[in-house]
Amino acid sequence: MKKNRVIPIVLFKNGFVVQSKEFSEYRNLGNPFDSIRRLSEWGADEICFIDISSNQDSNLRSDLSRKSSTEYLEVLREVSRISFMPLSSGGGIKTIEDIELRIRNGADKVIINSAIFESLSFVEEAIHTFGSQCIIASLDVKRFESELSIFSNGGKVHEKQDILKLIDKLQDLGIGELLINSIDRDGKKTGYDLELAETIASIVKVPLIICGGAGEWEHLAEVLRIKKVDAVAAANIFQHVDQSVYLAHRYLYNSGIPVRKPKLLELK
Amino acid sequence: MSMICILDYGSGNVRSVYNRVSQIADCKVSNEKNDIVNSQHLIIPGVGSFGASMKQISNKFPLDVLFSEIAKGKPVLGICVGMQVLSEKGLEFYEEQGLGLVSGVVRKINSEELVLPHVGWNNLINIRECPLTLGITEEDDFYFVHSYRIDRISPEFIVSEAEYGEVFPAIIRRNNLYGVQFHPEKSQEAGFKILRNFVNIK
Repeated sequence: MKKNRVIPIVLFKNGFVVQSKEFSEYRNLGNPFDSIRRLSEWGADEICFIDISSNQDSNLRSDLSRKSSTEYLEVLREVSRISFMPLSSGGGIKTIEDIELRIRNGADKVIINSAIFESLSFVEEAIHTFGSQCIIASLDVKRFESELSIFSNGGKVHEKQDILKLIDKLQDLGIGELLINSIDRDGKKTGYDLELAETIASIVKVPLIICGGAGEWEHLAEVLRIKKVDAVAAANIFQHVDQSVYLAHRYLYNSGIPVRKPKLLELK
Repeated sequence: MSMICILDYGSGNVRSVYNRVSQIADCKVSNEKNDIVNSQHLIIPGVGSFGASMKQISNKFPLDVLFSEIAKGKPVLGICVGMQVLSEKGLEFYEEQGLGLVSGVVRKINSEELVLPHVGWNNLINIRECPLTLGITEEDDFYFVHSYRIDRISPEFIVSEAEYGEVFPAIIRRNNLYGVQFHPEKSQEAGFKILRNFVNIK
């Protein structure tokens, strides 16, 4: 039987792993290599490793033209040598060369976010060049009253597009997976936005990953019980608890959610 | 130490396969005739589409060398699309000839109401004994990522299957020729077991 995936997200900012709250406050959590190694040993099904580093002068334009930091790519390369599970790389991907660079340094897939709003033909070219399986489209969503709004550029730019229509377009282009992140719930530990997850799940034709708001293992179970939610992602909770992924798997497994048997791995 | 040659035709997972296999054997990423002939085992990696992969393989491989090494009995492992191209033809986007080393055609998974691609961890079913499946049980999960499957392959070549909407071949074998639909290089300990089993084939 196909299992639901538990995916830790590791945010990389200027050399360190950070914790994020509502996309604006960041707290340093230490060395990315150690962090990913631990998550790997605890049996993570996959890891999303996202570069949110910014230039010293982080106005919007310099942010957009930012090149992948060599430091991030070095860490990515090192991490891919020790973690024998799928590794997705995201943050600042704007060009086909960016994707090539990530893959050459060990990524199996890439996460495209803000570039979606610059041109859909880029998404199409990326799919054509690297295959659907390589491209995860990611949308950051915020609620305004009951309306769902999409934000790009790390939650800074409001994109005035209908989210369901956009998802349809992305699916038609052939994206491999869809990652939906709730900005409202980011870092809040109050649980996932289940209504948002249900809305997206009702129209999804590709594997759907839901992110934002996990504070306890039951929150993961809640979202995985929604039909057509394939995977659950979270950042902070997996960094703060010892043996986190193992405990998450154990909780979900015992709750009757189809996940891999909880296991602690010994990395060689 | 046995020498493994990982065939290089620009497949996205060459590096991951190399990273994992180099932990247990002397290995090299190459498509040079000498390396292929001098190796003890060959691995055909693969990820992405059948057509694009076949085009690269036809352009970059010395196919006559590959065929003659296979005929001599050298163990070969195809991974994901690297397994699919062993079949007669692929029906992805357009019809494309495969290497024709096993019977069968590659077509889209009929996943019923399940989404495609089939991405994530799944276990094997109907596991038959074979050098590759030593120590592998239905409890082991492997990482899959694909929308297409081998179909109409002779049943005697199917070593194990998996299920996602329908049942499809997950491990195939014809004499010294092996193929796996999943990615052993990305499947943590269970995948490592498969690769170790392959390297140990004499």
